[in-house]
Amino acid sequence: MYDKTVRRRRAVLGLLVASSLILLTAYFGESGGGLHAVQRGVLDVVSPIQEGASRALKPFRDLAGWTGDTLDAKKEVKGLRAERDALRSTAVAGTAARRENAQLKRMLGIDEAAGLNRAGPVAARVIGQDPSLWYGQVTINKGTNDGIQVDQPVVTGEGLVGRVSFAAGSTAIVRLITDHTTRVSARVNATGITGVVRVEAGRPTDLVLDFTRRDDDVRRGQVIVTAGTRSRADRLESLYPPNVPIGTVTRVDQPATDDQQVHLRPFADLRRMEFVQVLTKAPNHNRPLP
Amino acid sequence: MPRTIRLSLRLAALALGAVIVQVAAVSQVQLFGTNADLSPLVVASVGLLCGSVPGAIFGFGTGLFLDLALVQTVGLSSLVLLGVGYGAGRLRELRDPEGPLVPILVGAAATAAATVGYSLMQFLLGVDAPVSLLLVRQILATTLLNAIIAAPLYALVRRMLVPLLPEDPRRRRRRAYTTGGLSPLSRA
Repeated sequence: MYDKTVRRRRAVLGLLVASSLILLTAYFGESGGGLHAVQRGVLDVVSPIQEGASRALKPFRDLAGWTGDTLDAKKEVKGLRAERDALRSTAVAGTAARRENAQLKRMLGIDEAAGLNRAGPVAARVIGQDPSLWYGQVTINKGTNDGIQVDQPVVTGEGLVGRVSFAAGSTAIVRLITDHTTRVSARVNATGITGVVRVEAGRPTDLVLDFTRRDDDVRRGQVIVTAGTRSRADRLESLYPPNVPIGTVTRVDQPATDDQQVHLRPFADLRRMEFVQVLTKAPNHNRPLP
Repeated sequence: MPRTIRLSLRLAALALGAVIVQVAAVSQVQLFGTNADLSPLVVASVGLLCGSVPGAIFGFGTGLFLDLALVQTVGLSSLVLLGVGYGAGRLRELRDPEGPLVPILVGAAATAAATVGYSLMQFLLGVDAPVSLLLVRQILATTLLNAIIAAPLYALVRRMLVPLLPEDPRRRRRRAYTTGGLSPLSRA
């Protein structure tokens, strides 16, 4: 009797482990096949439930968020005051520069409106978040029915969030810029120095701007934005439109060396997003306006 | 309806509810710089209450649903969580530990095993980015946070499942002891 129980237990365990490994292998082996179709179906069924739960549980989230915010707020006040003072002086200079810029643009007859409204933004609500420590993705309540396709960029009012990695009829998965597979072509807004932004796994609030040159002078506080398409060839089109803010430089490791690493903090609070915008069009193939 | 079917349905509802609440709310609440992860706690609780085989099956099912609902690599969470469920179940079968700290310790161990296991699987499947030591801190923070909520969550799962379990081992032991069934005195 005991042996039978042990044999049964081991058989069930072996069967389950084998099933998991078969599923893993099959998932990697196929591209958009059966398992992906099942995922799409499950997502379509689950997303309305998820959306309802997300709305119903909002007070709970807000309460917990408020508690966390209160604990964090004290620490942040000092830094924010210093940042406010710096920003105030920048804003004064920026206002003057903007006025001058507008005058110059009018003189040159260039359309001033280079905003993202030309990129066909579709607003969506965040209805689910990846629970793992790898900070990979969120689920939104808009999908292919709303014109959303894979690889479209996603932003919030604060900056770049990521790109669509999977789209079903009424829902989609957004792979965040803090996912370890994401790379974004970027540049330092003030100087035009270019590089590629990626994440260091396990540090979701710390992005790294790679591939800068040793003589590139990047400083703390500078803003990093998307570079957009830099190639003349359309097949090398960037996924992201130019000039979308990504983050601000927090420190530079090993400056003026070949291993120089520029660290930045993303503007978008990827753990507290309620709404995002998916950019469904790529005007001028995501190149900067001439 | 037979008790086994009712128990299975309740376990399925528990898995579904846990994943939905996790994805729709708990993942979006940050404390200590991380968020709680209900899945290993619920799976470990089921393992502790029902045993290794139901624990492993429940872990596999919860992981599969998580992978499907989040459009992740199918089979990854299943493999990790079935190990958690089986481990908790074997602990109950071999040691049957008692005491108020048991759910907390088991919950912490289950969380650590799940997060470390998930990370190892990610490495095995290929990570294109450098990995920061802060990942260890994140794992510890999640384990700590989960340990805090483990006891109430275990109580909730226990309340859901105990009426449908064939027999509660702790109740049985106490009853047996008071009636002299397992009393050392009765054997003398």
